[in-house]
Amino acid sequence: MVPFNLLVGVCLLYVLLLFIVAWAAERRALVGKTAWLRSPMIYTLSLSVYCTAWTFYGAVGYAARSGLEYLTIYLGPTIVMIGWWVVLRKLVRIGRAQRVTSIADLISLRFGKSNLLGVIVTVLAVLGTTPYIALQLQSVTLSFAVFAANSSTGWTPPDLAVIALWVAAGLAVFTIVFGTRNLDVNERHHGVVMAIAVEAVVKLMALIAVGVFVVWNVAGGIGPMLERIDASPIADWQIDHSRWAGLTFLSAAAFLCLPRMFQVLVVENQDEDHLATASWAFPLYLLAMSLFVVPIAVVGLDLLPAGSNPDLFVLTIPLHEGHEGLATLAFLGGFSSATSMVIVAAIALSTMVSNHIAMPIWLRSQPAGGAQMSGDVRYVLLISRRISIAAILALGYIYYRLSGGGAALASIGLIAFAGVAQVLPALLGGIFWRGATRMGAATGLLTGLIVWLYTLFLPSFGGGTVFPDLWMSQGPLGLEFLRPQALFGVQGLDPVVHCVFWSMTLNTGIFALVSIFSFPGPMERLQGAQVVNALEAPSRTRSWSDSVVAAEDLLIMAQRIVGSNHAQALFQAQAALQGKGGYLPDITPEFITNLERKLAGSVGAATAHAMVGQIVGGTAVSVQDLMAVADEAAQIMEYSNQLETQSSELTRTARQLREANSKLTQLSVQKDAFLSQISHELRTPMTSIRAFSEILRDGPDLLAEEQVKYATIIHDEAERLTRLLGDLLDLSVLENGQVRLNVQQVLLGDVIDRAIAASGSSLKQMKIRRVHVNENVQISTDADRLVQVFINIISNAQKYCTAENPELKIKIKALDEVLHIDFVDNGDGIASANQAVVFEKFSRLTDTVKAGSAGLGLAICREIMTKLNGQIQYVPGQGGAAFRVILPKA
Amino acid sequence: MWCAGWPIMAPRNQSLFLERQSYRRRRTIDAARLVPLLGLILIFLPLLWGRAGAEIKTSNALIYLFSVWVVLVILARLVAWRLRKTAAHADVFAKADDQGSH
Repeated sequence: MVPFNLLVGVCLLYVLLLFIVAWAAERRALVGKTAWLRSPMIYTLSLSVYCTAWTFYGAVGYAARSGLEYLTIYLGPTIVMIGWWVVLRKLVRIGRAQRVTSIADLISLRFGKSNLLGVIVTVLAVLGTTPYIALQLQSVTLSFAVFAANSSTGWTPPDLAVIALWVAAGLAVFTIVFGTRNLDVNERHHGVVMAIAVEAVVKLMALIAVGVFVVWNVAGGIGPMLERIDASPIADWQIDHSRWAGLTFLSAAAFLCLPRMFQVLVVENQDEDHLATASWAFPLYLLAMSLFVVPIAVVGLDLLPAGSNPDLFVLTIPLHEGHEGLATLAFLGGFSSATSMVIVAAIALSTMVSNHIAMPIWLRSQPAGGAQMSGDVRYVLLISRRISIAAILALGYIYYRLSGGGAALASIGLIAFAGVAQVLPALLGGIFWRGATRMGAATGLLTGLIVWLYTLFLPSFGGGTVFPDLWMSQGPLGLEFLRPQALFGVQGLDPVVHCVFWSMTLNTGIFALVSIFSFPGPMERLQGAQVVNALEAPSRTRSWSDSVVAAEDLLIMAQRIVGSNHAQALFQAQAALQGKGGYLPDITPEFITNLERKLAGSVGAATAHAMVGQIVGGTAVSVQDLMAVADEAAQIMEYSNQLETQSSELTRTARQLREANSKLTQLSVQKDAFLSQISHELRTPMTSIRAFSEILRDGPDLLAEEQVKYATIIHDEAERLTRLLGDLLDLSVLENGQVRLNVQQVLLGDVIDRAIAASGSSLKQMKIRRVHVNENVQISTDADRLVQVFINIISNAQKYCTAENPELKIKIKALDEVLHIDFVDNGDGIASANQAVVFEKFSRLTDTVKAGSAGLGLAICREIMTKLNGQIQYVPGQGGAAFRVILPKA
Repeated sequence: MWCAGWPIMAPRNQSLFLERQSYRRRRTIDAARLVPLLGLILIFLPLLWGRAGAEIKTSNALIYLFSVWVVLVILARLVAWRLRKTAAHADVFAKADDQGSH
């Protein structure tokens, strides 16, 4: 029989082989010979960490107890793998693009780099994995015990707990050596993956060897084997519908969510193409692993004495038949199943624990800017990972000791599955649904966690340990609908299916509900869009806008995290990309995003973001920041708009000034002309007055007739002078606002009649056309002043109209609020150059002799109209001179 | 004038060729989505057995399930092989999927 020492020796040799394989793989990877390491077959084999000792030994026991139901555990993952195009491809794409380090990291990153979610998932993973590790330790110790019991030399094994302790310690050492060598996940754990691939082959070979032995040596071929199956107690098995469907779903969910599966599926993935191979090769592997399970169980039930543990048939049948070599191979198979699971689970969990729990605490305990100033982050990170690995294995060992290693452990596999499956809604929702929010994911996860704890995990310790028996049968406080295993009256279901049903329903429901009613922050929405749209666009994480940070500070920090060689190489490459020499690139947003992503590979996205944030300043883009940026942009736009308005206003003013200036110049010229004119005007009557008055004075012998004639001339000239002076006075009074208006109600027609009558003397030659009906309008105005305006316009028309048959049309038009009174003659009109000055004082357009006045008339008219709240305008283009008097309606 | 016919002829032939390739690829992607569905149906089929009281022999059930498994592996392999083959023409996996999935 196999002595204990030999067994231990075999174990040690095997472990040594693993060390060598891992070490060789690391060496090859180091020198860049990764072609073989990166093959899709290695990837497929590494997925076999799904098959733990629980499935290696336990599947046979499961089949012995529940018939074909054990297949569900393999069929769920098979569905997931052959459906790789739908889910796994996207997961792997996201994992590679965002440098995801664990499932907790993915969830945290998707929901706005939320560390809260990272912590929840980590806690869930630790709760689900610790018992599982204990289960592996138990299986190894049990297999040792089998050899001891079977031994004819009668060696009593050392205390089983001691074996478990040694196994745990050995695994911790292996994991620490090969699992925490590199911090950048981009380099991946070549050694570990290679070792696991070897273990995958060993356990498959072992199981197939035992299976072949059982079918052909013991049963005598396939035909007899099938007969034996139908004759065995297993044939009594009846399919349990809810368990069949529920467990298939559960194993599929766990396959995606188990931390160790996520590690090998996504994190260690080298190439998306490998998935295509694994999609068929891994189901094939699972098929091979489960092919001989039923035959072994059937033969075990047949051959071995009743009451022997069916979980250990894989070992006990060869021993019973005296094939110690085969038994040892089977033992190695079980051992390798256990070790590969523990190693990968410990790596995955330690990454999660250190990135989401240890590092944030350490970072927070640092003074501000700590990542830069205090101790070496790389060192801290390594230490925290190593401690995490040791702690996780210690937890597993403690759990194993506390649970007593009994049958309670055997059922823990499915319980652990149900625990980690709680991540599924957040995971799938996160990668397919943009509307999923952090709040939704957190509440959903917590709900799932609580339901799982309440309905499955805590009751699994047995009645009376955690919950009193009374709770289980009658519910807490007698509330029957809260009975842990018959929640809301759902009775008679298998506890696992019951838990999966309620936890997944409530988890998903609350996740969706809270997501719908909560509003994601800007960071969440950015990350969500990136993750959900990972397949469409090359990923771009949100960028840093500020670049005030010194490249040197970032280099110092990066060196501490990824090691100085890597950091310098990275910085140098970035500088070269920017066309610069040396190690310090410009701090562009892309560079910072790249760096953050690189660091995320070591310490997780949230931590990397926080650390870069500490240096770059501002740990996240808050809504306020975005608002401020938007405000700033709006302000700039408004300012430029104002400037534009001002400049156009200036242009307009300048044009107006130019116009005014030219008008002024013109007026000044005219004023000069007028002054000489008026002095001439004043002088002409004065001269004749003086001359004729001298004649009257010096010639006493004048005839009375002559005297009268001369006196009349003097009188006429004096009158002309008076009129001129009167006009000037009138204008000055109007302009100075000293005029008093005598407002009364009059008919417009009367006013026009008076004006025509007053200027009547010379009207013989000019025809006036009026429409008397229109003139029947009551107006409230100073009639005398208005008559003065009309007289002026009419006499102007008489004076200047050059037509052969002069004609003046007076048109009245009533508008909403004003009256238009147009005076249009059929003469030449006024040249457009002069239209601007026609109302100015002293303006005279034609020869003064003909006008017989000083050119003040229209200026007076304008002043009067202003006083009457009206206007007078020249209207061009009417076929002659046209003046429009605008009066307010009464 | 040696190039007169060139620019018209070549792209037309080429585009016809690519069209067919990407069409094939999209159908393959459809298949990739349908295979897991088929798998689910076949795996859940035993739930409908034994309704009329007729017992299914365990060995037969075992043979059925493993046959389903083998068929699924073969189908998955076919799909993976086709995807890789068409991917060589349609550049990378990602590109053709843009049309395929949306």
